[in-house]
Parts: sequence; structure tokens; C-alpha cells
Amino acid sequence: MATKSFDHPFVDKVQQRGLLAGACGVVILFILAFADSQQFFQSYLVSYIYWLVISLGCLGLLMLHHLVSGRWGFVIRRLLESGARTLWLMAVLFIPIALLGMYHLYEWTHTDVVAKDPILTFKKPYLNETGFYIRAVVYFALWLLWMFLLTKWSREQDETGEPGLKSRMINLSGPGIPMFILTVTFAATDWVMSLEPHWFSTIYGLIFVIGGALGAMALCILWVIKLKDVEIYREVDAFKYLSDLGTLMFAFTCLWAYVSFSQFLIIWSGNLAEEAPWYIRRSHGGWQYVGIALIIFHFFLPFFLLLQRAIKRRAALMTVIAIFMLIMRYVDLYYFITPAFGHGGASGLYRYVADVLTFVSIGGLWLGFFAMQLKGVPLMPLHDPRMAETFAGEGH
Amino acid sequence: MAENLYGLLAEFDGPDELLKAAKDSYAEGYRKMDAYSPMPIHDLSESMGYDKHRVPFIVLICALLGACSGFGLQYWVSVIDYPLNVGGRPLLSWPSFIPVTFELGVLFSAFGALIGMLILNGLPRPYHPVFNVPNFERASGDGFFLCIEAEDPKFDITETRAFLESLKAKKVDDVEP
Repeated sequence: MATKSFDHPFVDKVQQRGLLAGACGVVILFILAFADSQQFFQSYLVSYIYWLVISLGCLGLLMLHHLVSGRWGFVIRRLLESGARTLWLMAVLFIPIALLGMYHLYEWTHTDVVAKDPILTFKKPYLNETGFYIRAVVYFALWLLWMFLLTKWSREQDETGEPGLKSRMINLSGPGIPMFILTVTFAATDWVMSLEPHWFSTIYGLIFVIGGALGAMALCILWVIKLKDVEIYREVDAFKYLSDLGTLMFAFTCLWAYVSFSQFLIIWSGNLAEEAPWYIRRSHGGWQYVGIALIIFHFFLPFFLLLQRAIKRRAALMTVIAIFMLIMRYVDLYYFITPAFGHGGASGLYRYVADVLTFVSIGGLWLGFFAMQLKGVPLMPLHDPRMAETFAGEGH
Repeated sequence: MAENLYGLLAEFDGPDELLKAAKDSYAEGYRKMDAYSPMPIHDLSESMGYDKHRVPFIVLICALLGACSGFGLQYWVSVIDYPLNVGGRPLLSWPSFIPVTFELGVLFSAFGALIGMLILNGLPRPYHPVFNVPNFERASGDGFFLCIEAEDPKFDITETRAFLESLKAKKVDDVEP
């Protein structure tokens, strides 16, 4: 396996178009942000969280891969690393929320509201601006540190083949998993759950962890299919692992249903005045149809499709399913976030324009950045000592 | 003699030779045959025409049956046989029925997968003629065997023996019934 960094016209195309779309989008968004800041930030938050959660999913799956090894992981490790490296971009894109957006988004930032509300006053030691800033810095610092070391060592391994790097990556990933789940839980609490500051749910963070892994897996499947003709992929017959990746996507779909339903069942059984409103808000005014659509299209449909091995081996079908799952991820987050704003924000056309524009610009930047990270490196690790044993004994 | 025979058992050197022999025999028109090897060989069963997977279908039926009985049991208990008012909730409180429905679906599918696999494989089977061939135990050690059964319409003791030998079998044995 002497293949060095690869060239693929599709990666260049994604990089150029993505960055272009992102750059144009940012200019238009800048104007929109002045036209209606509140609606702008509501749309921005949904799109930002969508792409952030995929970056985080890549980081989480990368650590999982180091811990459990397995062929599927070596095939998509570079994709996961590139996905995790977009965290630099996501850290920068968080700045608008931190500087200005939080006053439009979170009612606990308004001192007059907090003063009148005993529950918010009680929660003030946690839900306050200083705490919000400090915690955000801590989350990003930890994510970036883990991402930086894991990708740095992985590149060094390509160049030097130093066998000790393997154990270093494994040893970092071990504590990385609890760090990851805790920080994502707290981040989801700070940035999304606190939109409805009276409400709380402890499984909430885990829904984001699993949603991220699902989104990241769907994205990796698309890239593996698109890049299946790259030499290094042909050497190991990467296409063969499509069905493994499909099975993992199936597993995350089931897990998503499990945690989402658990949250619902616990709150439904408890039937308490401080918990139930979250679902009441999401089962009226049209949101109930979104909820039912999620049950059918985010769980039952992919569940029955991905159960079948024949489907998981067909590139055309898997492309459709993976794109579909990425769309459903957006619907799920939209259902989580947008009802929290109630009647606030713009209605009608402006709202949808803002939703689409924020999604396209952040997504464009994300994909452009992702392609940029992917381009300079070999598509698969070159000297990981575990690969020899993992890919040995093929055929029988 | 021939009509008393279960079949002919050919021994091969390794997995690749066995796979090739199985493919050639299938191409030659033999259908009633079975291969024995110490480890799973990729594509071997497909090469002999075993491409129908009936276990998944059994599992699906069992899963649906399990889910229905799980839901039905709870419905019958809490709505028909012993209705209780719990916290003013409706008798048919379906969200709380889901976990048991799911678990019974999984339980029934697991039983369906195990029992269906055993039945379709014809297990348990205390007696099988191939064990009459000395050395056949090596099929669980280092032996690779292909058995063409006498039931096969194309089976002919001399021709089949010659055919198996032409596949570079190490040794071809008669299998007593």
C-alpha cells in the first residue's frame, strides 16, 4: 500500500462549490441578520447544531473506531478525521451565537424575566452568561484537543509507521468516550435544552450523541460510495464494507428510536407539569404530524430497509437511504428546536428563506472545509499495525 | 450395490480445491450434494445452489407474532380482564405497552431464528451416513469433503466416481447408508 495522497475530481468540486456557497451565503445572511435578528438566530441555531452534531459524531465514531478496531473503521477513518477537523470551523461559527445570538435565543439571559421567575432564579447559578461562556470554551477546548491529537498522531503514523502511536491513540480514546458523552450532554443542555429553561430531561444529551453518530455514518456511506474507485479503496475492496456501514447505520437508527422513545415514555408516565409541556408544544399546531413523520421515516422505514442485506450491498439504494437519513436528521433537530420559539420570530416566507440559507451556507462551509481536510491525505491509514491483522485472512 | 449406497465422498486438499469442486459439480448438473469443511468458506453454499434464505422470513413472522401477543396480552389484562384506573390515564395506555411489545417481539424472533435454523438444517440428527467413512472426523480438523448423494438423478456409481476423481480429489470413498 504505497499510495499517497489521492486526487479525486469530486473532492475538488465539493471543496470549491461548498466554499463558494458558504461565502455567498454568509454575505446574504449578514444582510438578513440585520433585517430580523431574532428569526435569523433561530434558523442559524438549527443549522449550526445540525452540522456541529455531525462533526461531533465523526469525533465520537473515530474514538470508537480506535477502541474497537474492525475493518469498517479503517475504511472510514480518514473521513471521520476530516469530519472531526471541521470542529475548528464550528468553533468559529459559534461566535455569532455567543456574542449576539444568545440574547435573542435564550430567555434566561434577560434579567427582568429571570427576576420574575422563581424557577429561573433558582437555576441562575448554572444558567447565566458567564457560566455559558466558560462552559462553551471548555467544551470546544476538550473537543479540539482530542481531535487535534488523534488526527496528528494518525498522520504521523502514515509518515513514520511508528508502532507506539497506535497505543497512544487507543489510550487517548478510552477516556475520550466519557469526556465526549459528558461534554456533549452539557453542551446540548446549554445550547438547546435551555431554550425552554423550565424543562429538563437527562437522556437529552445522549439523543444528540446518537443522532450525531447516525448523521456521521450516513455521510461516510455517501463518501465511500462516491470514492469507491480511488486506488487505495480498490486495493482493500472498500465497497465490500458498505454492508457493514449500513448495519452500523441501522444500529444507530434503532438506538435513536430507543433513546427518543425512552424520553417520551418517562415524561408521559410521569405526567408532571414541568416536564409534559415540551411534548404538548410538539403535539399541537401541526407539530404532531412532524412527530408522526419522525416515527415512520426516521425509524420504521429505515429499520425495515436496512434489515435486508441485499439492500445494504447496493450502492444506488444506499445512496438514497443515506441522503434520506441526513434529511430526517434535520427534521428531527427542527422538531427539537423550533417549537421552543413558540410564536416568536418571523412567519411565512422569510422564515423558510432564513432556514434554507443558514443551512446551505453553514453546510457549504462544512463540506468545503471537510473536502479540504480530506484532499491532502491518503484515503486510508497506511501503517497502522492493526490493519495487517484485520485485513489478513480475507476470502475464507 | 449402487442402490444401497448413500453417495460418494471425495476428499480435497484445501478450501480452494473444495470450492472449485463444488462449483464444477454444480455446473456438471449435480444438485443433491453437500460439502463438509472445518471452517466456513465464503461462497461455498451459494456455489452449490443454496441461495434461498428462509430463516429471515421465519424470524419476521415470529417477530410480528411476538409483538402482537405482547400487545394483546397487555390489552386483554388492562382493558378487558382487570381494568384499573392508574392516575386517571386511559385504560389503553399504549406508550407504556411498547417496551413489553418490543421485548416479546425480540424473544419470539430469537426462538424463531434458533428453532427455524435447527429444523431447516434437519437437526438434531443422531445418525448420518457420512460418518461411516473412516477419517470423516477430520472434517472438523483438517479435512475438506464433498459428498454427492445417490438420490441425485444424475448419480451413477462409475461415472460420478470418475467425475470426482477428475476434480483432483485426494480420495473417493463409497458411503454406506
